[in-house]
Amino acid sequence: MSFLIFFLLSCLKIAVVLAIFLGAVAYTVLLERKLVGRIQNRWGPSRVGPFGLMQPMMDGLKLFLKEDIIPTNVDRPLYILAPMIALGCALISIAVIPFGARITWYGVDMFQIADVNIGLLVILGVTSVGVYGIALAGWSSNNKYSLMGALRSSAQVISYELALGLSLVGVVLRAGSLNLRTIVDSQSAHGLLSWNVFGGYQFVAFFIYLTAAYAETNRAPFDLPEAETELTAGYHTEYSSMKFAMFFMAEYANMITVGCVATLLFFGGWTSPFGSLIPSFGGIVLEALLPVLWFVLKVFCFLFLYIWVRGTLPRLRYDQLMGYSWKFLMPLAIANIVATSLWLA
Amino acid sequence: MYLVLFIFFGGLCVAGALNLLFQRHPINSALSLIVVMSSLAVLYLLLGAEFLAAAQVIVYAGAIMVLFTFVIMLLNAGVEERTHGSGAAYIVGIPGVAILVCLLGFIFLSPHTHMARARLGDYVVSTSDLSKVLFRDLLLPFEVTSVLILIAILGAVALASREH
Repeated sequence: MSFLIFFLLSCLKIAVVLAIFLGAVAYTVLLERKLVGRIQNRWGPSRVGPFGLMQPMMDGLKLFLKEDIIPTNVDRPLYILAPMIALGCALISIAVIPFGARITWYGVDMFQIADVNIGLLVILGVTSVGVYGIALAGWSSNNKYSLMGALRSSAQVISYELALGLSLVGVVLRAGSLNLRTIVDSQSAHGLLSWNVFGGYQFVAFFIYLTAAYAETNRAPFDLPEAETELTAGYHTEYSSMKFAMFFMAEYANMITVGCVATLLFFGGWTSPFGSLIPSFGGIVLEALLPVLWFVLKVFCFLFLYIWVRGTLPRLRYDQLMGYSWKFLMPLAIANIVATSLWLA
Repeated sequence: MYLVLFIFFGGLCVAGALNLLFQRHPINSALSLIVVMSSLAVLYLLLGAEFLAAAQVIVYAGAIMVLFTFVIMLLNAGVEERTHGSGAAYIVGIPGVAILVCLLGFIFLSPHTHMARARLGDYVVSTSDLSKVLFRDLLLPFEVTSVLILIAILGAVALASREH
């Protein structure tokens, strides 16, 4: 009986989280179009629905109904597999992310799909496998622009993954655990002041993480794998219809995951920035939902920053990109680990 | 449940390894190797080694194999030719493999070794236990291994820079 309840509640959690996540992906696209529009002094989508709010639905419908073109000389199995790998890996990592304080119902944690001891490593592992989606898409398309995009992406991701992994060591040292809930609990004592980015003095690590994560998700100013001025559309040049949409969704899902991880590791996750300054009010439902609201608000700020950076910074040159990772971020990350260890010792 | 998972991923691992040998295109072989690495990670997880499983995915399936596929794509390696193999491989190889399999089977199945005691599921070696072993009991071998890898990197750099 208890297994049945566990199974049904897990299925419910997966369905709800997936629905919200995909909805968030769709509306992040709208947010980006609106914000970049405002940055460039124009309106962005405004015709479909009030403030263009129905635009993501219409875009999805349009992409779904478009003809699916598979060019003749592609490597068919890999060509079809690549967008599935990209989207699959992008969606898996949400499974270990806790959205709110631990609230159990029939012994099942309601605000996290799976509480894994090594949650942080699971996210890193899934992200590192996600590269194959882009690499294989570029290779199997049998197109020189796609191949160039895939090669750039592989080299870029390998380089920045090191800096990204090293930047998280400081946080893990402070929390003494790889469990995401434990990491958040270690920052929850005094609100804002005990967050890793302020009280934990991990602002250098945060800067490295954010930069490396932008490169990992192939976003501006590190979007060389799909630099439209040189490579038409990079690795997804030959893709159309839903397969193209899957790459698009994977990119935005990865953005949201990066926002979630940054929130959990550096900004105290679902905890309130005011700590215990504000006395608890409202009933038990509000107690449970308020942390989720804080979490969503923090992740939204990161998405906003992502789009802001995209609208502001020009794209890097390729040798600058590589040099920046190996000659600046890596040594800085190692120095941060040494400094944090000395401070904790 | 654990046994079903073990049989499934063990089978996947062997199938991936065979596919690696039979595929003629290097990129398909590389992808089969990724399947082998990932299913090995699941087998580690079944034996309770969660950190090892994650490290296996991050390091081998995620980083090293990306480098492999990167090189294959960069060199644009084509389909390999199929040959009958060298005679020496048949004469020495097949008996050698047979002897190795017999030896391993004998060691694994004999009741007096430690290997027969590994069991599936239900327990987890935590990351802190692992780090206690690595950084206290086995500190010297662990650090010596890292020096060994450093020497290998230096050797690779020296070999690469000689051409200029």
